Order: sequence, then structure tokens, then C-alpha cells
Amino acid sequence: MIIKVVVTLKNGVLDPQGKAIQQTLNGMNFNNVDDVRQGKFFEINVNENDETQAKLQVEDMCKKLLANLVIEDYKIL
Amino acid sequence: MKSSVIIFPGSNCDRDMDVALKKFGFKNQMIWHNDNSIPKSDLIVLPGGFSYGDYLRCGSIASKSKIIKSVIDFANSGGLVLGICNGFQILTETGLLPGILQQNKYLNFICKNVFVKVKDKKNKFFKDIKKEILELHIAHNEGNYFCSNDEMKSLEDNNQIAVTYCNDHGDEGDENNPNGAIKNIAGIFNSKKNVLGMMPHPERMIDKYLSGEDGSLFFENLLRNLN
Repeated sequence: MIIKVVVTLKNGVLDPQGKAIQQTLNGMNFNNVDDVRQGKFFEINVNENDETQAKLQVEDMCKKLLANLVIEDYKIL
Repeated sequence: MKSSVIIFPGSNCDRDMDVALKKFGFKNQMIWHNDNSIPKSDLIVLPGGFSYGDYLRCGSIASKSKIIKSVIDFANSGGLVLGICNGFQILTETGLLPGILQQNKYLNFICKNVFVKVKDKKNKFFKDIKKEILELHIAHNEGNYFCSNDEMKSLEDNNQIAVTYCNDHGDEGDENNPNGAIKNIAGIFNSKKNVLGMMPHPERMIDKYLSGEDGSLFFENLLRNLN
């Protein structure tokens, strides 16, 4: 079963890459872009048939490795 | 005094560190990341570089490597651990040091000499060091130190800030902050001050003809304090 995870910077944490992307978009005349936050996307193939169980395991993975909770939040989709 | 330098795939300052430690009298040994244990040592060094290609986050994969449990046990039993650059990043990812090193504020890889102010001398790394301001070298893309407000309060309350970026007169300030690190932090200790992580490379400043010798002061002093 494939579980999808998105890891993003917490609100308030400076995201210089997101800022550079936003400025580039503005420079390309996408003038209505006010903010861009960049994140990471994971597809994790867990050998488990029970979705709840699989998500519990992935949550543990997020806390221990995939996200650094000092600056990042994770969302299991 | 015996020291051990851990080599991860992608470490690239391991041999510079080996040269520096031996030059100042350490009996140094190189330890591979996939080993199970570290021979008896007075000092363990996590060197600079790009361990595991900086995949996921700098230092995150190394912080789960096979050898790291021995490093954590050694640190928790009071052993001296020094993490330089990528080594500092690894130490924050293991949780031995609080906070994290984020990408530099202006997205540039910085490679230059900087001045740092020694903020605390009640520890084995800087005790009796004569200078207040050291000229050291930095080379990193992720050196922008960040931590939560609670962690910062505890760093300040326990004098755990080791070195901060400044100019040659010791003035801290945004113009002397190369990477956007919170409060100009270039290096910190754990609460017991037996673990030091810092972005500047003392091992690159040990030869008066090539660079400068403020790194020599650091290693001479460290050896003296360990004896």
C-alpha cells in the first residue's frame, strides 16, 4: 500500500527557496503570487494491507526521520 | 590522548582533521560509519563534508547510521564530541544538540574566512584559550542556525552558545552574520558542555603559510585541557 506524505516548513520559518521562486514567478508576470512555500513529497510503499496500520507506521517514520519537527510539519495524505 | 574521526560516505574534511589532530599530538584513528563500535577514545570528531550526499536533510541519514549509537553513548557518558560543519548538522539531527542548520539565508554557498567570538570558556574546548576573537574558515550551504524560543532561552541561560560570528573587533550584527543564523550563532554546546558543534573549520587554520593559526590555538588548547 502506498502512503503519501507531504513535509513542509512550519509557518513562520523562513523559506528562502520559496521566496526565490515567488520572486521569479513575479518576474515572469505572475503578479498575483504573494507567497510560495516549498516542501517535500514522499510516496512510501508499506508492505501492509491495513490502511490504519500503514499510516500509523508512516507517522512514526515522519517523527523519526522524514521531518525535523523543529522546523517542519508533516501531513499524511 | 586518543581521538577518533568518523568517516561517512561523503565526508571530505576527515583527512584534514586527521592531519590537524596528529600535528598537535593526538593519536588519531579513522572509524568507518558502518562499524559497530569505537575504540577507546578521549575525543570523537564528526568531520565536515556532505555525508550521504546531504539527502533528505543535511546530517539526517548519518544521524541514523550504524556507528552513531556509539557516538551518542559516548557523549551521554560524558565523552568529548566535536562536530564541525556537517558534523554539527549531524549532532543536531541526533538530538545531542538542539535546533537545526537551515539553508543559508541568501541561498549561496559561502566559502571564506570569518571572525568568531568565543562566548564561553568554562568548558574543555575553549578553557584557557588566550584570544577572544578567532579567525576561522567557513564553507557551507546550510549553516543558518535556528531553534525554538524555548531552546534559545535554555541555550542562553546555560551559557551554551560557544561562538558567534562577528568582525575583527568583535562586533556582532547583521552585517557580520554570513548565513542568517539566529543571534549570529556559529557553534553551540550541549548542556554538559562535552559536546560542541560549530560551522567554522579550525582544522583549516593550522598553518601560518597557508591560512592562519587560530585553528592551531584551538587544537593546542584542547589537547592541554584533556591532559
